[in-house]
Amino acid sequence: MEYKLTFRDYNEALKKNRLLGQKCESCGAVITPPRLACRQCGSYELSVIDLKGSGRIQSFTVINVPPEGRVTDGPYIVVMVELNEGPWIMGNLSGVRPDDVTIDIIGQSVIMGQSITVSDKYSGGEVAGPVFLLQAS
Amino acid sequence: MRKVAVIGVGMTKFSGKQGKTAVELFTEAAADAINESNLKPKDIQALFVGNGLGDFEEGQAQIQAFCADSIGAFNVRANRYENACASASAAIQDAFMWVAGGFYDVVLAGGTEVATKMGTPLATRTFGMFSDSRYEFPVGITFPGVFALLANLYSKKYNVPLPELKRQMAQVSVNSHYYAARNPKAQIQKEITMDDVLNSLMVACPVQLQDCCPFTDGAAALVLASEEVASRLTSKPVYIAGIGQASAGNLMSQKEHLPHLYSRELAVRQSYKMAGMTPADIDVVEIHDCFSIAAIIALESLGFFDYGKAGEAVIRGETKIGGKIAVNPSGGLKAKGHPIGATGAAQAYEIVKQLRGECGVRQVEGAKVGMTDTLGGDGGTLANIIFKRGW
Repeated sequence: MEYKLTFRDYNEALKKNRLLGQKCESCGAVITPPRLACRQCGSYELSVIDLKGSGRIQSFTVINVPPEGRVTDGPYIVVMVELNEGPWIMGNLSGVRPDDVTIDIIGQSVIMGQSITVSDKYSGGEVAGPVFLLQAS
Repeated sequence: MRKVAVIGVGMTKFSGKQGKTAVELFTEAAADAINESNLKPKDIQALFVGNGLGDFEEGQAQIQAFCADSIGAFNVRANRYENACASASAAIQDAFMWVAGGFYDVVLAGGTEVATKMGTPLATRTFGMFSDSRYEFPVGITFPGVFALLANLYSKKYNVPLPELKRQMAQVSVNSHYYAARNPKAQIQKEITMDDVLNSLMVACPVQLQDCCPFTDGAAALVLASEEVASRLTSKPVYIAGIGQASAGNLMSQKEHLPHLYSRELAVRQSYKMAGMTPADIDVVEIHDCFSIAAIIALESLGFFDYGKAGEAVIRGETKIGGKIAVNPSGGLKAKGHPIGATGAAQAYEIVKQLRGECGVRQVEGAKVGMTDTLGGDGGTLANIIFKRGW
């Protein structure tokens, strides 16, 4: 049994601002990030799909105390986004000043515009994460 | 399955930076537990040690073998448990199973950690390793950040305006400090006010510094024995009446249940079922208040309050001694301290002392049943244990 969508393939795509996911052939669930078994029904019959990267903010925070190795010149925003296809994903939010963000940002529409790549001595190479932008509603 | 009792407990003073190694701290706690059990180190048949980040703190992996040797339990089976902040609770549950199953009669379980040796930047990085390193680490999420996400989600989902939720969260910290000021083993034996919390540094909005537990060095240990051995050695055995443990994938995979953690709801259900109890049977609980909002979320999942309602109850004093449920009379992770690999054992230490009536000014009068609640990572491990007075 082989992993159908490996971290390497997902990560390489994300670095090129493409968000990959999986669709369950048994129950139709859409999943990301990759895994072996469907989160909903446990089936291994998952096909690889492209996700649009658009969705709504479910929660947010502004990180003022970053971990060692984080390349940043100030506070940054982390959001939990519900993608239109269903899965929730964690990302950064750019295009907004961290000081200007309030809880009213929850529910706003976003789209993945780019990705961030980080790497330190513990990360096992470069690891990418999605970066979202607010969308005019 | 045999009945299993805790017959002796030990715990070091919890602290910030101090001079002892993780092995030294563990062996001090273990020796106290063994002495209290009227046993000798050679009577210990196996050792189960929680240790989260020894690899980074002292460059020490496989610490359990050195712990066993140092306490004089020479050459016994020794295992290390790495379940993030729930490491010791996982160790205790496995130790319980070995005795309940009849393979051993007397075992030692506990945990040790010297987190302050890392310094804050490396500690923040390594604690972050308990989240998903492939799919959630790259966006720079930290543990205060995880609970900040949950706090904002909680505010929105249960329609508790953020300023009100912030006051509820602050009261959790105020309560923990009140009890820690009366616990000689606590790291921060000092009361704080709601204003102290609300004026402290913003770490990850809305979580402020005084919503967060400190980095801590410390160790705790328990001797577990079969009912037959326990009856020979002590007149005050504390029985393990129920256990439960569950896991979960990364935070986003838990979306249906957030801000609550499904692994807790499963683990506590197992524990209540095994003990034949309900939340109403619990007199005292040590919950995982790594961040103040985490306590509010935990109190709801454990069944003490409805979803969205625990914060109000905290403000009304229902979680203090004498209230509906006595919560964290030790001072909790917030103020007693949180040496991650030892925390579950320290919670068990407090519950055993409470059931024996040995807690002085912070005694929950007449406590007969107590529970521990320990969270590892952002729901990756959740472990509950119900303890019951055996006399």
